[in-house]
Amino acid sequence: MSLGGDRLPGSGLFSRRINRAPSRTLATIVPWLTIALASLVPLSPVIASAPVVPPLSFMLLVGWRLLRPGLLPLWAGAPLGLIDDLFSGQPFGSAILLWSLAMIGMELIDGWLRWRGFWQDWLVASVVIASYLFLAHVIASIAGGAFAPGLIIPQILLSFIAFPLLTRVIAILDLLRLARIRVLG
Amino acid sequence: MAAPQDRRPGFSKRAHLGLFTSYVAASAGAALGFVVLVVSLLNPTAFAFARAAANDLAAPAGEVSATTRSGGKTFIDVISGYIEAGSKNAQLKQELAVARSRLAEAEAIESENARLKALLDVRETDGTPVATARLIGSSSTSTRRFALLGAGKRDGILPGQPVRSAKGLVGRVLEVGNRTARVLLITDGESVVPVRRVRGDISGFAQGQADGTLIIRLIDLGINPLKKGDVFVTSGSGGLYRPNVPVAIVRNVTRDGAVAQIVSDPAASEFVVVEPIWQPITELRDPTEGPTP
Repeated sequence: MSLGGDRLPGSGLFSRRINRAPSRTLATIVPWLTIALASLVPLSPVIASAPVVPPLSFMLLVGWRLLRPGLLPLWAGAPLGLIDDLFSGQPFGSAILLWSLAMIGMELIDGWLRWRGFWQDWLVASVVIASYLFLAHVIASIAGGAFAPGLIIPQILLSFIAFPLLTRVIAILDLLRLARIRVLG
Repeated sequence: MAAPQDRRPGFSKRAHLGLFTSYVAASAGAALGFVVLVVSLLNPTAFAFARAAANDLAAPAGEVSATTRSGGKTFIDVISGYIEAGSKNAQLKQELAVARSRLAEAEAIESENARLKALLDVRETDGTPVATARLIGSSSTSTRRFALLGAGKRDGILPGQPVRSAKGLVGRVLEVGNRTARVLLITDGESVVPVRRVRGDISGFAQGQADGTLIIRLIDLGINPLKKGDVFVTSGSGGLYRPNVPVAIVRNVTRDGAVAQIVSDPAASEFVVVEPIWQPITELRDPTEGPTP
């Protein structure tokens, strides 16, 4: 018997369906884990002499929040930001503050907008990411270094382009999250 | 696509409380972040221990990726090497002949230097490197420019020690963990290096601009004598950086200085060397010890 109707394309990617159910632990932990792992990007092979790499961990946070509202609790910005602060090179506390504000802000935007779609999500994400990068640069320039907003423009543009690609990655991770790995009975 | 499902809690008291609690928790998180941020802005080393511990923990990942980087680089080098092997060979032979005679001269000057310095009784460390290590990461998303070094307290590294590659100056050690150390790159806005032009006695400061270039400010104001292509080396003022380490090449001349490209791109150097502080005469003494002669 075909189950085609209620299946997403690729949802059979990770496991069998009969007699299996998604694991509650996996369904909860995947977004936390992916965002925390993306915070390790500064340890990647890229040794940059200018800020060019998009803030992947923050973009993942925004992506998960927009694609699966309610999956990450409202306070998730603080602990995840703490992990990001350990590696990012920003003054300690900058991500804790900005990520918390971003989570609250996106919750407010969600209550305000009555529709949802690809272009709108992209726009919301772009605004949130651009303001995050700008405020992060302001904080970094208070801690030391010149204030030069032109410096972050290439990074902002790269983030805009990268976001739709990242949402596809999140969609695949979402399938992994709901993989039926728990054996019933 | 239709609007997301309505998450208003309706008449349920419990749901109301849950929503309220999550807002309180999120605001508390933001407030905590603000307090921590203010503390770390006032005292930048306040949370150094947490960063050092986290970096020590994650260092193996960085080591793996650093190895990948050098592997990938050599692969490209091999291919491009085949393409331009002939012409390069002839050119290198010529350069080698010139370099040999220069080396002989330099050795003579070096021995003379050593003799004169011994006469003057100048206090400075010899050039023996403290450690050689890989750069295993950098703050690639932040506008601050830090790199992570794969060696730490274990290897005898102390804050303040200059870091250089075979080509030139990279930065100086800022915070030291057990197995890792954070390096302030010379391109960071907070880094100021005393420099001197190779030809002629023109000295100044090179300050980072966080985009791979340095801004050079001259000490003697007046007619700007700099030209495009001038090479700047460390001058040794301040006693931190050993003199005559290449720093930057002038790219654009400005009204009272120049914008210069760094010589040693940290991405291109596989290994870096940590050197001792050049003239450790400004060591801070413990005030409780009493006056020392």
